[in-house]
Amino acid sequence: MTTHPEIKADQTLDCKGLACPMPIVKTKKAMDQLQSGQVIEVQATDKGSLADIQGWAKNTGHQYLGTIQDGNVLRHFIRKSSADEIKEEKKYPHTVTNEELEKKLGNVTVLDVREPAEYAFNRIPGAVSIPLGELEERLGELNPDDDIHVVCRTGTRSDLACQLLAEKGFKNVKNVKPGMYGWSGPTEKDFQI
Amino acid sequence: MTTASGLRPMAAGELTKIVLNKEELFILDVRNQSDFDDWKIEGESVEIINIPYFDLLDSVDQALEQIPSDKRLLVVCAKEGSSKFVAEQLVEAGRTNVSYLEGGMKSWSEHLEPVKIGDLKDGGSLYQFVRIGKGCLSYMVISSGEAAVIDTFRMTDVFERFAREQGATIKHTLDTHLHADHISGGRKLAEQTGATYWLPPKDATEVTFPYEKLEEGRDITVGNTKIKIQPIYSPGHTVGSTSFIVDDEYLLTGDILFIESIGRPDLAGKAEDWVGDLRNTLYNRYKGLAQDLIVLPAHFGKVTELGEGGRVMARLSDLYRDNPGLNIQDEETFRRTVTVNLPPQPNAYQEIRQTNMGKITPNEDEQREMEIGPNRCAVHDK
Repeated sequence: MTTHPEIKADQTLDCKGLACPMPIVKTKKAMDQLQSGQVIEVQATDKGSLADIQGWAKNTGHQYLGTIQDGNVLRHFIRKSSADEIKEEKKYPHTVTNEELEKKLGNVTVLDVREPAEYAFNRIPGAVSIPLGELEERLGELNPDDDIHVVCRTGTRSDLACQLLAEKGFKNVKNVKPGMYGWSGPTEKDFQI
Repeated sequence: MTTASGLRPMAAGELTKIVLNKEELFILDVRNQSDFDDWKIEGESVEIINIPYFDLLDSVDQALEQIPSDKRLLVVCAKEGSSKFVAEQLVEAGRTNVSYLEGGMKSWSEHLEPVKIGDLKDGGSLYQFVRIGKGCLSYMVISSGEAAVIDTFRMTDVFERFAREQGATIKHTLDTHLHADHISGGRKLAEQTGATYWLPPKDATEVTFPYEKLEEGRDITVGNTKIKIQPIYSPGHTVGSTSFIVDDEYLLTGDILFIESIGRPDLAGKAEDWVGDLRNTLYNRYKGLAQDLIVLPAHFGKVTELGEGGRVMARLSDLYRDNPGLNIQDEETFRRTVTVNLPPQPNAYQEIRQTNMGKITPNEDEQREMEIGPNRCAVHDK
């Protein structure tokens, strides 16, 4: 059996052996208790849960990240969204579009500030992963003179990251808008289902 | 767990009767949208809407607004659990006359309705088994205590029971071709009853089990009175596709000719190669047969093809007049019709072909899963 590297989730919900609709009913209840931005892992054996959890996430606005299959267990990862997340808020002035970044790939450092689970399932090839929450303590991993393009899903977290980097003396930082949401360029991921 | 009073299960057989009798029914399908768009219950007097159950977890108000209050209501999902869950809430909200589909779309896909097509000349009978949820048709020829089953479904117990009730022993199982949309029960039924399993040899080059070769000129008899099953080589849907003339009256066309459409040549990956065969079978071979033969296909695509009591049948001459697939005079237009813009291929069709060749042996749950969805063997199926 293949073993997968662990993906960090804030909560793991055991729905193994439960038939439809219970995996979604339990996921919804658990989600209500989470903070925006937190990631839940739902473990289910019902094959129908895959399409249903994707449909449910789409209709509720939560972010379906991906699914790993371990034997007969499906491990679904979902991130709780907040209402203001898809709203445009322009704070950091230097931005580039997805298309502009796509043209510059290979010549710039792409910094991905999303959660590890988001990064694992879908990312720009070669992107460096430092979640926003860890950025301040891990600044040493970055070179302040590099041309850094920061991405997240919708441009909100990357905006905060850009402000932090600028504050810490990074000169060439750009916020990529909107980010992975709507990214049509090349991607890579750790898992294949 | 509380049982919501007034809520009752509806079996697939009961739903079949409602569809065939064209009784009014309102269906709330609570599966996710992609499953619904792919395949759903259809009927001339059936009205159906889709609201996924996960949109009804907090409140069923949204559903109640869209459901007419005076109609009989059936809630449907994939297996049963979610439909029961939603139906209970609807009953709690005061809706009456609510049922859920017992066993969900899985049992709908498996239900078989036997209908008698007619009597045979020497006292036997021909029956059609309508698999209404999937649009598939099987046949049983019965004569003097013997039976032959054509294009047997996976649910072999239904055929065994039916033959027993008719006092007949199953002697032959025949497949018109190597199926790509459903798992054949022909081999299993033959093993269970000691019958002989017949396949067209050109479709069976890769099979892993012994079988008898269906060949022209090699007639099969059923019963003492020699009901003749005459194989006619009619390639096009597959290279081996074989039709049968039963009792000089019925033409079993397999997946070559349907009532409102014709077979598609692409399910074994050979569309371009087989177009010519398909054209020749439909526009020359069948033309040379008696035109008053009654055509009995292996599929239907639309509920409008269901006739009285659910029977799917038509006279060959009528099909030459009405079936669009038999009225494309230009060969190039024909080629495009059967190779370009075809409907999506049936669910898991490659795995189904492998199973029917004996190369893989999925368990029952996996087989059921592979067969989910419509048959999509015709050119004009959406």
